[in-house]
Amino acid sequence: MPLVGTPVPRLEAPDKVTGAACYVDDFALPGMIYGVTVRSPGPRGRIRRIRLGDGIPWEEITVVTARDIPGDNVVALINDDQPCLAAEVYNHAEEAVVLLAHRDRALLERARRQVHLDVEPLPPVLTIDDALAAREVIWGTDNIIKSYLVEQGDVEAALREADLVVQGEYETGAQEHLYIEPNGMVAVATPEDGVTVWGSLQCPYYVQKALMRLFRLPPERTRVVQLETGGGFGGKEDYPSMIAAHAALLSWKAGGVPVKIVYDRTEDMLATTKRHPSRTRHRTGLRRDGTLVALDIDFVIDGGAYSTLSQVVLSRGTIHAAGPYRCDNVRIRGRAVATNTPPRGAFRGFGAPQSLFALERHLDVVARAAGLPPEELRRRNFIRRGERLAVGQQVRDGVDLPALLERALQVSGWTERKNRFRQENQRGTIRRGLGLSCFLHGTGFTGSGESHLASTVALEGTAEGRVRVLTSSTEIGQGTNTIFSQIAADALGVGGEIIEVPRPDTAAVPDSGPTVASRTCTIVGKLIETAALSLRQQLLEEGLLPLPYTTGDFQAACAAYVRQRGALRATARYQPPPGIHWDEVRFRGDAYGAYSWAVYVAQVRVDLCTYQAQVEEFWTVQEVGRVVNPTLAAGQIEGGVAQAIGWALYEHVAWQEGRMANCRMTDYIIPTTMDIPPIHVWFEEAPYPYGAFGAKGLGELPMDGPAPAILNAIHDALGVSICRVPATPEVIYDALSREEALV
Amino acid sequence: MRFDVAAYKLRTPQSVQEALAWMAAEPGALRPLAGGTDLMVLLAAGKLPGGQFVNLWPLRELRTIEVTSDSVTLGALTTYSDVQAHPVLQQEFPMLVEAARQTGGWAIQNRGTLGGNIGNASPAADSPPALLCYDAELELRSAQGSRWLPYHGFHTGYRQTLLRPDEIIARLRLPRRRGQRLHCYRKVGPRQAQAISKVCFAGCADLEDGRLVSVRIALGGVAPTVVRCPETEHILAAATSPAALDEAAARASLSRQMAPIDDIRSTARYRRRVAENLLGQFVAVLRLHPGWATP
Repeated sequence: MPLVGTPVPRLEAPDKVTGAACYVDDFALPGMIYGVTVRSPGPRGRIRRIRLGDGIPWEEITVVTARDIPGDNVVALINDDQPCLAAEVYNHAEEAVVLLAHRDRALLERARRQVHLDVEPLPPVLTIDDALAAREVIWGTDNIIKSYLVEQGDVEAALREADLVVQGEYETGAQEHLYIEPNGMVAVATPEDGVTVWGSLQCPYYVQKALMRLFRLPPERTRVVQLETGGGFGGKEDYPSMIAAHAALLSWKAGGVPVKIVYDRTEDMLATTKRHPSRTRHRTGLRRDGTLVALDIDFVIDGGAYSTLSQVVLSRGTIHAAGPYRCDNVRIRGRAVATNTPPRGAFRGFGAPQSLFALERHLDVVARAAGLPPEELRRRNFIRRGERLAVGQQVRDGVDLPALLERALQVSGWTERKNRFRQENQRGTIRRGLGLSCFLHGTGFTGSGESHLASTVALEGTAEGRVRVLTSSTEIGQGTNTIFSQIAADALGVGGEIIEVPRPDTAAVPDSGPTVASRTCTIVGKLIETAALSLRQQLLEEGLLPLPYTTGDFQAACAAYVRQRGALRATARYQPPPGIHWDEVRFRGDAYGAYSWAVYVAQVRVDLCTYQAQVEEFWTVQEVGRVVNPTLAAGQIEGGVAQAIGWALYEHVAWQEGRMANCRMTDYIIPTTMDIPPIHVWFEEAPYPYGAFGAKGLGELPMDGPAPAILNAIHDALGVSICRVPATPEVIYDALSREEALV
Repeated sequence: MRFDVAAYKLRTPQSVQEALAWMAAEPGALRPLAGGTDLMVLLAAGKLPGGQFVNLWPLRELRTIEVTSDSVTLGALTTYSDVQAHPVLQQEFPMLVEAARQTGGWAIQNRGTLGGNIGNASPAADSPPALLCYDAELELRSAQGSRWLPYHGFHTGYRQTLLRPDEIIARLRLPRRRGQRLHCYRKVGPRQAQAISKVCFAGCADLEDGRLVSVRIALGGVAPTVVRCPETEHILAAATSPAALDEAAARASLSRQMAPIDDIRSTARYRRRVAENLLGQFVAVLRLHPGWATP
């Protein structure tokens, strides 16, 4: 019985439900002490002096500053511009300056309050406009961390010749990941034995790389072990390197005593990364018949004080900015700027939700200007198989966007509902509207990223006749272990009960790359499939496996192999699909091996008494290649839509002097189940030959489409165009009162 | 962990009398703790000053609901769950029941108390606007005895009340009223549940013999304290027929009785406008009330 395509229950679910799962807060080592962080008081300044106040037995407390770092004071990632501890200057609020450790957490808290930083504030850069104006330069020579230009055809000429040109400006806010489990790490570090850390993380080898640089240690003495991880959404992609470094520095200075640092919710919200805020300007030219002839897009994201992953977030956002449409003349200028705010990092969607929000919101504005229904404008411009995206990539998969759109319109009862709402909206204080969005999401790393990563996985047969799947891909609540066991079992032709997926430990698993970019199932899964076929082949070639065989036969063959010949192991290493070329310098070519495609429809209700918009029903139609586990896949879509509803309507980060003022769950509003509507999920499956059993990426896709669909529905309901998220009641009220003032 | 548990001393009395004796012995040194749903939030945030607390929670005598022919008297420890479960409150004081239903989730409703909610004195609290409309009275008790005060006027400024340092809020009394009463309560928070109000509106109107005899309106979230709006009440109460309800004048007057602010939860202009809209809804419901005399 094949497992791929069936709703195999989550392997780790019983442990999570019964409380047996061990998260970092549950994890203890003998003699372990606790660490806390003293942080910068404002957005930018110079540190004059660190004073330790009175009344604290400082001799008992381990105190670490930048001077205690044995190697380079950087959190190694891409540009290595972020210090692990601020030394002379600080560049954002809540930047780590001093670390303290002690076994008594109450004393530690008193001590934390007695570390006084004498600082000289410097003028901060707090907004995208301030950064671009560059009156204060805080990064490089012009505050621009990275810029990209995508260009094809002649945009200016096409705009001049267009029958209609429509402009718009769109903004998106920061977003907090709000994984259930805050960031946390335990470390043991000594010059003799090196560094070992255990914690909540997405990317074990990123953490290892950062620790090696910080401590000047070789990989074999830098070990990173994942513990059960309560959610990530990108928020545990780069930040765990920071907190692991802090815990390890404290342990190193304390003589190898284990040190645990676990943030509480407030510290996690204040100090860790957020989704990049963005501003996008569109100038769109079209012919009278609605054909898009020019897309001129200026896309800017706010990266915060250090570059972290901003350049790769920017590249994905830039590439996705032109959406799933055909247009001969396109210019996309993408820029990531620095501000004196806590660095922004990876967050589900990784730049694509921002640029796709702008595009899909804008196209509704364009459709109105052109006198076309929004679905018709899109239908007339959809990219088709064989045509080229803005970066020049020829679409090769079997996408049929008009069919996806038809399905979405049909399942949502689009026409009938629109007519009904038009009638009902004539009276009362409730207005209803429908909105849609059409979009795509590239699977895996952008450009040559996957080739550079060269991910490797290994499968190991054991003497007990079981098979272990060894990867660094982490289970963070999304079902990695379950789908890996499904893929391995089917490729081996055995039952899932003999497959083990151990939790990643850099001492025991190969580097299969980070758990990001909707790549785990497609790319790492494919490597597992390949390695499994090779393992099976070894057994066949040795004549240990009869054909056909049962799971029992396979187990016996495994055990016999190990007994007779020693280790049974097969590995697979990433090879790009044939015919894929990416030119990083010209920023053109095949940006992704494959894309997933979707059309989403939102029904929104706006109360004219409170100006609250609420999503009443949501329809998703997507083509994601083969669906490996329908329950987990639907869960990804539903969860992503819920998270995107939060971003679209509720989640407002209130910045005050570059610091998150609403750093509590009481004040940072995420939707509850009461605010989440029924979400309908339909999959179209066009198998992708280079993904595991035909799978394409789907984890991030559902973050891309809801915000524009929802704001398009608000436009439909109220006749008022709102161009920023979150569209809180205050934003909707302001937009309506501007409209009233005009009348 | 942002607090040092050693900085807090929680003393549990055997009786109200004992609690009051402790508070009399060291005036101002002991702070009352009821359900703890506000204090625990401050504690976790590292914002609760250390010191002594008197644990009122186990005192069953403060958790009673007594119904007589003219009033309902609620012990200060009456929880939101108790409020929701009580048939007389459901029948006659639906705005209080609704406020209780919309405060926090079940865990909070099982611990949060009316006395604690009043004592915490948040201008955004959900129950006070309903209590103001229902002409609640408060019994404040100290070792020297007890005094009854109208709830209206109890809050004297942002987080300030008439409660003396040696007093606790012991009971609340709600006068019962027979006859036709319209109740209109609406909490506007940032989401459908588990939310702190941006604006909270409570309004009730009594009709007798086809005529409007009284109107009561109270608001939360729009001033340093919850507010009664007597000016607006008078404007509406003057109406002799549904058509005579002067919504425009009522809206204008409401605006004068508010002093909303911009903060991390909302904006002053939004709060002002939504409060007016909620009043508009109240007027619309009042117009349609069947209790008006047919002309």
